[in-house]
Amino acid sequence: MAIFLTAASRVIVQGMTGSEGTKHTKRMLAAGTKIVGGVTPGKGGQVVDLEGHQLPVFNTVSEAVAATQADVSVVFVPPKFAKAAVIDAIDAAMPLVVVITEGIPVHDTAFFFAYSQEKGRTQIIGPNCPGLISPSQSNVGIIPSDITGPGRIGLVSKSGTLTYQMMYELRDIGFSTAVGIGGDPIIGTTHIDCLRAFQDDPDTDAIVMIGEIGGDAEERAAAFIKEYVTKPVVGYVAGFTAPEGKTMGHAGAIVSGSSGTAQGKQDALEAAGVKVGKTPSETARLLRATLKG
Amino acid sequence: MDLFEYQARDLFEAHNVPVLPAQIARTADEAQKAAEAIIGSSGGKVVVKAQVKVGGRGKAGGVKLADSAVDARAKADAILGMDIKGHRVGIVMIAAAAPIVEEYYLAILLDRSNRTFLVMASVAGGMDIEEVARTSPEKLAKVPVSATVGIDFAAAKKIITSAAFPKDIEDQVADVLVKLWQVFQSEDATLVEVNPLVKTSDGKIIALDGKVTLDENADFRHPDHEALVDHAAANALEAAAKEKGLNYVKLDGQVGIIGNGAGLVMSTLDVVAYAGEKYRGMKPANFLDIGGGASAEVMANGLAIILGDKDVKSVFVNVFGGITSCDAVANGIVQALAILGDKASKPIVVRLDGNNVSEGRRILKEANHPLIEQLDTMDGAADRAAELAAK
Repeated sequence: MAIFLTAASRVIVQGMTGSEGTKHTKRMLAAGTKIVGGVTPGKGGQVVDLEGHQLPVFNTVSEAVAATQADVSVVFVPPKFAKAAVIDAIDAAMPLVVVITEGIPVHDTAFFFAYSQEKGRTQIIGPNCPGLISPSQSNVGIIPSDITGPGRIGLVSKSGTLTYQMMYELRDIGFSTAVGIGGDPIIGTTHIDCLRAFQDDPDTDAIVMIGEIGGDAEERAAAFIKEYVTKPVVGYVAGFTAPEGKTMGHAGAIVSGSSGTAQGKQDALEAAGVKVGKTPSETARLLRATLKG
Repeated sequence: MDLFEYQARDLFEAHNVPVLPAQIARTADEAQKAAEAIIGSSGGKVVVKAQVKVGGRGKAGGVKLADSAVDARAKADAILGMDIKGHRVGIVMIAAAAPIVEEYYLAILLDRSNRTFLVMASVAGGMDIEEVARTSPEKLAKVPVSATVGIDFAAAKKIITSAAFPKDIEDQVADVLVKLWQVFQSEDATLVEVNPLVKTSDGKIIALDGKVTLDENADFRHPDHEALVDHAAANALEAAAKEKGLNYVKLDGQVGIIGNGAGLVMSTLDVVAYAGEKYRGMKPANFLDIGGGASAEVMANGLAIILGDKDVKSVFVNVFGGITSCDAVANGIVQALAILGDKASKPIVVRLDGNNVSEGRRILKEANHPLIEQLDTMDGAADRAAELAAK
């Protein structure tokens, strides 16, 4: 088992015929992901040969679902067209939509997130995220599949490269699923959603949670852990040295006044019984100690 | 991007939000002319307001009433050049003075916690709204607004009623709220705030001071927003980095940082700061995320910006190759140093891991560049970079 994504997941790629979409579809196929087609409005009817796989292209997600029974969509569409692409997937009642695209206006994200909530049939991960991987089962997005293999750690993170770093630090243990939820001000799947799923997943023994400055998602996650999570959780928060009022790369990573600071997040997590590392390597050590303990 | 008050006022005016006549001035002469024009058209007094993107300017002496154009000139002369909480005043706004009877508060913002938009409305305007929220939360109405629904007149009326605005102005204020929603939505704002919204002695409702934050991710559909960028305020290094398309923030330390991915770079800053505690408090000099590509050109541009910072004593390149392969990064560093030639003069500590790391490390080793030093771990490399900066 794993969370959100398994070997049985049938994946379509929105924007598969674009350069990013093509590049990453090849990588996902090589990682064993069951890709069953792509969607590019206006290119329906074509068949694309990628790494020996004959992949049909559809004009809409609904057509793709009817023909392929896809239950996951991954979005590589440029920011200008991302809103329409995600709405298309929601209209098709796609159960899981993973939005990799970086730089989507927050009004567009607010709209498609609200729309998904109204329809109540679609979970969105991202936007501006690296996607998720259940090693040796399926890989959706841009997380490298060769960092580590399957194991019993669950990982949830706002950041892509920190996810990779942490997977690398713990490569000898392996992961059930690693989820990059993204660093934008509005994201479809939160730390809490992932913590709940990992808690309920019989194949996850311990959880690593990576946060960063900005917003109050980590504080909320801390409250949730206290109330719901019995599995060991270790945490890491990036951005202790970030100055107030400056956006650190991610649109959501900004300290404003006293809110959103790394210290505040660490304090909240520790108050909930989460051990928090000062660095990625210390966080990995804490997790190892937890598993032995 | 945060706007100046006058830019917010202009956006309001463009969307028919009621505002007072106003002009900006960069010199005392201009201020006098602006005041003459405003007094000539509306009579009465003017207010001279410092344009700074920071709160508390009134208390700092940045807002003055003037009873003539000559007086406005003197007031502007005193305010221009003033330092308000580290912000130098380069522009003043000369606005008609309004006979205020009451002050209210209205705002629409992005509510990250609840992943929706939020209207905040209060009849206790004119003061710090966070103070109102703390001391008398019952005076601040907070109403979530779905992005798929928006605010029409009926919805606005309901919000204004729930905030207990006086009955006789409910319709006027609701109308302003609808127009503020239009500003918020059509300009891709993440914050539109009016504080105070005032009622004048002749019963008019006017947005007297405004704050607007725009979403830069939406610039592709707002070519006109480019004109709102405050180029004067940008740090020279930040401006140069932006021109090269680099995600760079200047900090006040000595260790230049280059990495890939926002989270990893933030983490690198922290690890360097911890390591620096041992070496006379060395700190990171900047945030620089070179993203996925990390070509020789991007690396050269990044190194050039960092080496152009006179505060930088050493550089730490920290890359985890995900999609990017480490051999490409290593080649990028070697070629960047060849491009920079004599301009590269500070020690560079490199830590590579991930995709094709052995090839990347081999390339750097064989390049045998006198400035480059390789370490295997992020902690070890951070320590070495801080040590070199302290030398």
